Amino acid sequence: MTTDPRLSAHDLTLAYDKRVVAEQLDVRIADGSFTVVVGPNACGKSTLLKALARVLKPQSGAVLLDGQAIASYPSKHVAKQLGMLPQSPIVPGGIVVEELVGRGRFAHQRLLRQWSPEDEAAVAAAMRLTEVSDLADRFVDELSGGQRQRVWLAMALAQQTPILLLDEPTTFLDLSHQFEVLDLCAELHEQGRTIVAVLHDLNHACRYATELIVMKAGEVVAQGSPAEVMTARLVEDVFAMPCRVIDDPETGTPMVVPADRHRRRASRTAEAARA
Amino acid sequence: MTVLRAAGWSVRVHTRALIVGVVLLLVALAVALVNLTTGDFPIPVADVLRSLAGRGDAGTDFIVYELRLPRVLVTLLVGAALGASGAVFQSLTRNPLGSPDFVGLTTGAATGALIVLLIADGSGAQVGAGAIVGCVVTAVAVYLLAFRRGVQPFRLILMGIGVSALLEALNSYLIYRARLNEAIAAQVWLIGSVNGRGWTEVVIVAVAVVVLVPVVVYFGRDLKMLALGDEMAVLHGVRVERTRAVLALAAVGLSAGATAAAGPIAFVALAAPPLAARLSRSPSAGILPAAAMGAALLCAGDWAAQNALPGNDIPVGVVTAALGGVYLTWLLFRERGARR
Repeated sequence: MTTDPRLSAHDLTLAYDKRVVAEQLDVRIADGSFTVVVGPNACGKSTLLKALARVLKPQSGAVLLDGQAIASYPSKHVAKQLGMLPQSPIVPGGIVVEELVGRGRFAHQRLLRQWSPEDEAAVAAAMRLTEVSDLADRFVDELSGGQRQRVWLAMALAQQTPILLLDEPTTFLDLSHQFEVLDLCAELHEQGRTIVAVLHDLNHACRYATELIVMKAGEVVAQGSPAEVMTARLVEDVFAMPCRVIDDPETGTPMVVPADRHRRRASRTAEAARA
Repeated sequence: MTVLRAAGWSVRVHTRALIVGVVLLLVALAVALVNLTTGDFPIPVADVLRSLAGRGDAGTDFIVYELRLPRVLVTLLVGAALGASGAVFQSLTRNPLGSPDFVGLTTGAATGALIVLLIADGSGAQVGAGAIVGCVVTAVAVYLLAFRRGVQPFRLILMGIGVSALLEALNSYLIYRARLNEAIAAQVWLIGSVNGRGWTEVVIVAVAVVVLVPVVVYFGRDLKMLALGDEMAVLHGVRVERTRAVLALAAVGLSAGATAAAGPIAFVALAAPPLAARLSRSPSAGILPAAAMGAALLCAGDWAAQNALPGNDIPVGVVTAALGGVYLTWLLFRERGARR
């Protein structure tokens, strides 16, 4: 690996005000990968995503896009290359689904190019892929959490960027919609996009990721394919969670089965009582 | 939504907002025409029109061009400037109370004007200049006081209310220490009025409108993205801090120009944008419909001010303050109803 990938982070110090979240963080997002970032709560995975998307300015270090500091490009240029689904966007009042998804085209529009046929096609396609076409005329603030999440995803898709970052895209979704969103990401990945997603469920991560980034306390502790990275020892180290890792019977990818701490503890207490 | 396309260009128009804007503009112009006919010497509409077309007699020409037209133009332009300024501020702060009246700008303008009137013994254009300086200085002060890693809208409003209270006290003190006749003149200025406004005032507010409204409309497209939060705006390519600074400065300029020409006229900036938005059934007011609404409101207000009490030409600020009070009460009442 001598050449840099399109998106990489070098020696980042990330902080909110004085609270430092990560230091000397180096991350390379392999081109065309489906990278999934996992790690315990507050390990800095969302913060890393924000920095990659230039929403959070690093205190030092730089995020590089195509070999140049991401902050040095015109903002609209970056917005055509890289999109992100944030974790909890502000839900505006009185705006309908179709209009909100349409705002995802902002970076492609100009004063006298406000709504091109491409804009129209991109919005329609994004709404079809996320199955929100039927909601087109509904007000966003009247939707359920799951519907809303798919609308935000549609907005990010309408942006049509080759790199797409997703911060917990499956929250608020029921089981079948979770897999629909993940399948959709896999499909976008197969079409050639680079996907970077923060996920909580390790088994989802192992099933879909081509590349895993495991973070703990602001550091990348492992990076590689799920088969290489996901071991029982790693899960115990990172999540303080004893477990077994077996082959997913459906896909053959690693599957984390947590140890039964509760019942084991109960039986130990019972033994102690007998003795 | 209607999309117009030609040769690779495309423009999207909110159809209903366009109709509302045009209708409001026509209403404003119609009321303005009526205002040209009313006064101590009523002139028939036909004569006014003939005079405007340059074919009137000398007497009518004098009344129309020297006495009434400046006043009517100031009314139209000040109303438009306040409407546009209010629309920008309410969008930027994401708050229906985020209008220039509430964030201390009009009070700051008043302080500037009072200093010129009462301490420097100035008049006319100098008072206008004082108002503009006062408004801009207050805006910068509020912005800097509210700044902490970027400006949170709500902080800006609270800081504006605080600064406004301080300046209010200063204004009262300035009036208290003045001689009686000066104090009365200052108090009249403080109510906000278009009585006796001449071409100087027309030019002041016209420059503000002609220069700043296009700026505000151009950057207005970014406002829709800012409404989704700073993070979302950045992600879609808005240069958030720059856009916000440009829009805020332009809105301050509009507000300053309006106040310099007519004094601190209350509530037009607060009420015009949401009323226009309500009529166009759109979540946020377009800037131009809000400007048209402001012009129509202020013209109607000035008509009422001239005709409400027989033989008595009261300042239009009294009328807008009364109407605004009703509006604000209704707004808060409805808000309470919505929360329940």
